[in-house]
Amino acid sequence: MSDDGRIALSLTLNGQPLEVDVAPCDTLLDLLRDQLGLTGTKKGCDMGACGACTVLANGRRIKSCLALAAAYDGEAIITIEGIGTLEHPHPLQAAFIRHDALQCGYCTPGQILSGIALLEDKPRALAAISEGMSGNLCRCGAYPNIVAAIAELAGL
Amino acid sequence: MSGPAFGYCRAADAGDALIQGARPGAAFLAGGTDLMQLWKMGVATPDRVVDISRLPLSAVTADGSRLSIGALARLSDVAAHPLVSRDYPLIAQAILAGASGQIRNMATVGGNLLQRTRCPYFRTEDLACNKRMAGSGCGALAGQNRQSALFGASAACVATHVSDLAVALMALDARVEILGLGGPRRLGLSGFYRLPGDTPERETNLASGELITGVSVDSGDRFATRSTYLKVRDRASFEFAVVSVAAALQLEDGVIVDARLAAGGVAPMPWRLVRGEAALIGRRPDAPAFAAAGALAVEGAKPLAHNGFKIELLRRAVIRALETVTAQTAAAQTIGGDA
Repeated sequence: MSDDGRIALSLTLNGQPLEVDVAPCDTLLDLLRDQLGLTGTKKGCDMGACGACTVLANGRRIKSCLALAAAYDGEAIITIEGIGTLEHPHPLQAAFIRHDALQCGYCTPGQILSGIALLEDKPRALAAISEGMSGNLCRCGAYPNIVAAIAELAGL
Repeated sequence: MSGPAFGYCRAADAGDALIQGARPGAAFLAGGTDLMQLWKMGVATPDRVVDISRLPLSAVTADGSRLSIGALARLSDVAAHPLVSRDYPLIAQAILAGASGQIRNMATVGGNLLQRTRCPYFRTEDLACNKRMAGSGCGALAGQNRQSALFGASAACVATHVSDLAVALMALDARVEILGLGGPRRLGLSGFYRLPGDTPERETNLASGELITGVSVDSGDRFATRSTYLKVRDRASFEFAVVSVAAALQLEDGVIVDARLAAGGVAPMPWRLVRGEAALIGRRPDAPAFAAAGALAVEGAKPLAHNGFKIELLRRAVIRALETVTAQTAAAQTIGGDA
């Protein structure tokens, strides 16, 4: 920790090593959005309920609004910016487009990251996808199409 | 939204954690899922958080008939652990009934046991709550008390404990492993929690600065094929229990020789339904026995203005959980198991 109380972190962010310093009470979400300018990760409720802030930390989906940035020193963080490009979208991004799995799009980055992690668990039924995605709210109500997009990649 | 600034340090080892945690204003940080919410709401105002998340206290192990779960094991890892999913499905079910995939990846066993109530009066800074601000009164007592306690409450506090895992652990007679500057000690889960009485701000018998290092369960695997966690809630997923029931039976020659019933969402701590259990011992697992257990489980319930419906809900949940347990047994017998 430096004299001004800031904490030096080494992260791997979307595959690239990154040295950055944070205030002790910065959340990972605020680090990503306000300090690093990666605004694809959204702040919804800021209380762990809506899932708009979902990112992957060491391959596991977490809510970055409840993650104290300092506690994630050394971890590999993946955000929506790190999974695909306009030319080469991630397969789940392409599936979301095919299935019209969004309306306003605000929750979509979190839905995609959460869905990518859920697919690692190999859900075997639509009900398991719905249950597994309950940490991501969609106020436009695109749930059936979100489930369908994930189901397609799950081979269901 | 955020609370007042705090400092941060990472504990080098358990001994360091105890020293750092003994400082006034210190708060342990494990998964952070509850602490960060409480801080953003202004309910928790630590001067400094002591990050214990990397201490080597996350193992799940079996030693003979004892299951030990490290306090810093993440809930998702515990639920997926073969020892737990195979021999302690009640624990896995209770964990998976709670929160969401993201939260379960972050939240730890120790933090889950210590999570604070979801009573809205506690979690809203400008409402009266003796638990948050001693002497300010209990807003829920004469206010909105649909989710309040039926058992164990006091005039000072009617809040409920909301952990699902703790209900399963209570049914299994789990013990909490504790480390303090004076050394390790162990408390049964029922002696770990406190009823509110006149001091609702004190929810456990953990002393200031003490650390939970793990939980252990002895011989709980004998319930492996005859247990269930039933959670009744206002929506199907990612919601706290209105009422929940952990039920486990041990049968010999078709007769119940041990029965465990614990309820969530109805008391300031996970609530053992001891009279309901007693009603089952020595009986066959049939409808009259379950009806008797359900009736005795709700004896002594003290409803407030809006939560009386939970008495009938709890009675029915006990019966349904016991029916589910019995159906599991029948299914196992059908496929040739020795259950």
